[in-house]
Amino acid sequence: MKITLNGEDHEVEEGTTITALLGALKIPLVKVAVERNLSIVSRSTFDQVILQKGDRIEIVRFIGGG
Amino acid sequence: MQDTPLIIAGREYASRLIIGTGKYRDYAQNAAALKASGAEMVTVAMRRVNVMNPDEPMLVDFIKPDETVYLPNTAGCFTGEDAVRTLRLAREAGGWSLVKLEVLSDPKHLYPDMEETMRAAKMLLDDGFDVMVYCSDDPVFARKLEDLGCAAIMPLGAPIGSGLGLQNKVNIRLIVEQSSVPVIVDAGVGTASDATEAMELGCDGVLMNTAIAEAQDPIRMARAMKHAVIAGREAYLAGRMAKKRYADPSSPLAGLI
Repeated sequence: MKITLNGEDHEVEEGTTITALLGALKIPLVKVAVERNLSIVSRSTFDQVILQKGDRIEIVRFIGGG
Repeated sequence: MQDTPLIIAGREYASRLIIGTGKYRDYAQNAAALKASGAEMVTVAMRRVNVMNPDEPMLVDFIKPDETVYLPNTAGCFTGEDAVRTLRLAREAGGWSLVKLEVLSDPKHLYPDMEETMRAAKMLLDDGFDVMVYCSDDPVFARKLEDLGCAAIMPLGAPIGSGLGLQNKVNIRLIVEQSSVPVIVDAGVGTASDATEAMELGCDGVLMNTAIAEAQDPIRMARAMKHAVIAGREAYLAGRMAKKRYADPSSPLAGLI
């Protein structure tokens, strides 16, 4: 099924959790935050939150800035 | 006069210099500049992870958040909602509630939109954030932001990244005199004397990015800024001599041969 990941179309299997998505993308969990349909997903629930078709997911982290 | 430590949102800082982490050649150079500057706090931005290349270098590997205070900013936000959304994500990612709010207006001058800044500051304070706020050098808005409960007032010295130095010393001094929270000049510093000047006016600290990152030798400039901030603070505490219209010889006139 299709979701929007950081503004781009992305295919995931049904039943994929946030943890599984981050794992598949090989994104280290250190200091990242995840937003799902404009709501923050608490880190403690990454295992439980299951992606739904059409979800808009943002994965962000700290980078250099002024 | 004994100096009092800089305290922001309940935490004490030995250094009065805050540096940015943008525009450096790489994070290694950034980390070396941080060390040379002696700063204990860095501003950082929140951006999307590059999902095509998750292995790209990470800031947290070079500047450790457990050794240096990360101050997440809202650079690039032009509405209060964008700023609040960004900082909520930053709090979730890092676990810190101390943030730098900046809501910009026109890309040409990057002046803060003070109406939106006030609105966003209220939202953030209601949500439990400690807000250091980038603002215009207008003492009226500075007072309003302090009354709202902001943790530090950060007036610009000149447009962001311009390196033009303090353009309105009268206003900066008025803000310093009226404020009971730290006043930190944010933006506009170009070289060491600009930082010294801000500190001589009685500012509690200086925040800069481009002045160090775009110097020919950023690490040496970081060191220069460390000394500049200390020199300005010391001169402020020492109290400068009165200016005179005419010369006044330093050697005594009595006993001249």
